Amino acid sequence: MTFTDKLKTNPAALWSGVVLIACALIALPFALAMAGTTWVRVTNLAILFTLLALGLNIVVGFAGLLDLGYIAFYGVGAYVYALLASPQFNLHLPFWVILPIGALAACVFGVLLGAPTLKLRGDYLAIVTLGFGEIVRIFFNNLSQPVNITNGPQGISRIDPFTIGSFSFSQNEVLLGLNFSGPIKYYYLLLLVLIAVIVINLRLEDSRIGRAWQAIREDEVAAQAMGINTTRIKLLAFAMGASFGGVAGGMFAAMQGFISPESFVLVESVMVLSMVVLGGMGNIWGVIVGALLLSFVPELLRHTVDPLQRSLFGRLIVEPEVVRMLLFGLALMLMMLFRPAGLWPSKVRQRELADE
Amino acid sequence: MSILLDARDIGKRFGGVEALSAISLTIEHGEIYGLIGPNGAGKTTFFNVLTGVYRADSGGFSFDGAPLNVSAPHQVAVAGIARTFQNIRLFANMSALENVMVGRHVRTHAGIFGAILRGAGTRAEERAIHERARALLDYVGLAARGNEIAHSLPYGDQRRLEIARALATDPKLLALDEPAAGMNATETATLRQLLERIRTDGTTLLLIEHDMKLVMGLCDRIAVLDYGRKIAEGAPAAVRKDAAVIEAYLGGELA
Repeated sequence: MTFTDKLKTNPAALWSGVVLIACALIALPFALAMAGTTWVRVTNLAILFTLLALGLNIVVGFAGLLDLGYIAFYGVGAYVYALLASPQFNLHLPFWVILPIGALAACVFGVLLGAPTLKLRGDYLAIVTLGFGEIVRIFFNNLSQPVNITNGPQGISRIDPFTIGSFSFSQNEVLLGLNFSGPIKYYYLLLLVLIAVIVINLRLEDSRIGRAWQAIREDEVAAQAMGINTTRIKLLAFAMGASFGGVAGGMFAAMQGFISPESFVLVESVMVLSMVVLGGMGNIWGVIVGALLLSFVPELLRHTVDPLQRSLFGRLIVEPEVVRMLLFGLALMLMMLFRPAGLWPSKVRQRELADE
Repeated sequence: MSILLDARDIGKRFGGVEALSAISLTIEHGEIYGLIGPNGAGKTTFFNVLTGVYRADSGGFSFDGAPLNVSAPHQVAVAGIARTFQNIRLFANMSALENVMVGRHVRTHAGIFGAILRGAGTRAEERAIHERARALLDYVGLAARGNEIAHSLPYGDQRRLEIARALATDPKLLALDEPAAGMNATETATLRQLLERIRTDGTTLLLIEHDMKLVMGLCDRIAVLDYGRKIAEGAPAAVRKDAAVIEAYLGGELA
């Protein structure tokens, strides 16, 4: 009997586990704030990247389409928010209006990219999406002329934070003797969005559409013979994944208050893809683990490598960034050797990789 | 009996090779129609043209009284033609039950929002898909193997699972590409019973097969292809005696 089976037969244990985790997640930002507000921000970014990874997981993990330009949708969402809620055009729409617009815009871009390219498979699709990601970023960079839309490489600053009436997500507030800083408020909002996205992912996986995605991944010709409109179903995956990216992008813009094309470079796409692959393609929990690991470990290194070397050798020998890349490379090699399907793969994906 | 499938002058070329030249045939409601011929005669090509994998260079099909206009293979299944493959193409890493559930895709409707919101309608549809898939597994004799991974099933069971998956699309015409290939005598006998039962339950069958005993015993009518041409058509007893057929199979000099 596996661990999850045991939990299913013992609902009391399951629910007490859920309550414990919920309490821990609610208390977490205050514990982090004691170590410094930076850590709350780091956590928020980690959740944001988890959202991105879960969005990409729909495309890569569920539908089996390799997308190397996913960050473009994140960028579209971020720029839509920035343009509609900043002094750039002097528009200040409320966030609950902009986020759906951002999701829709990203979705439209997803369809625009997908419609002509989804006949391509594997490597070819990957190359086209990679190109698309770069094109979008270059547009952000150059759309400052002849009409200044994106403000070019300087980016857009003084972006509005989320506000509901007079309640702003960027201000400190003291409630019941607890200091709710801006990042802590965003943390709770992100957590809610994350839970929603997890539920959506779980439901999509176990649905008619989810089965169709899996069937296409397994054998596209047979899927067509079963009456699955493969182009349409793949497009759905692209559109869904892109919308998630759009929402995450909007939240990113609001939290940072500043965005520039530099946030949407190819390396970021690779990073999100690495999260999905490291965690385990197709398994939502694995993807979450992958995203959290790849978000937190570099931050931990940043805060330990430097002081550690200074205390040991009295000076800095290896830059933290170098250590990060070294460990990243090592981790990739070890993964390929020992866990090619990811740290926590979906059972189906594990079998698929074992066959190939 | 009325005509279910009417193929008129189907032609298909691959470069200089004429794989099919002006093949015309009709399949009637409720019959088992066999398509035989030596290797390379064009049987599978005909199959692939019918199921939308290739597009015919000339001619056309009408199916169940309406022209069959296909621009993508999935529309064939929508129209009511389901197929199996010569080299089994199951969704190998999905369970037997899930394979059949995928077959229900074309007759069900839940979309993205249905999946996310999971309202009463979607849940009822999911239950119906489940029940139907279980019933079909039972129908082909795989009731006990629903949770097994498709590629771990024995060969004969994989063939039957492919049939169950095809039946899940509620086809009017079930097209089988060498269903008995690689089967032993017992498995072939079980297959024959299954195919007869499918016909009795109202589905028309089109069968490509090399096992002559099975074809002659099972089919109501047979068409014989050779070098892309139809050289004979009729009841098994008549086709068996046809001079052109004997020549195609045994060679002219010997006959």
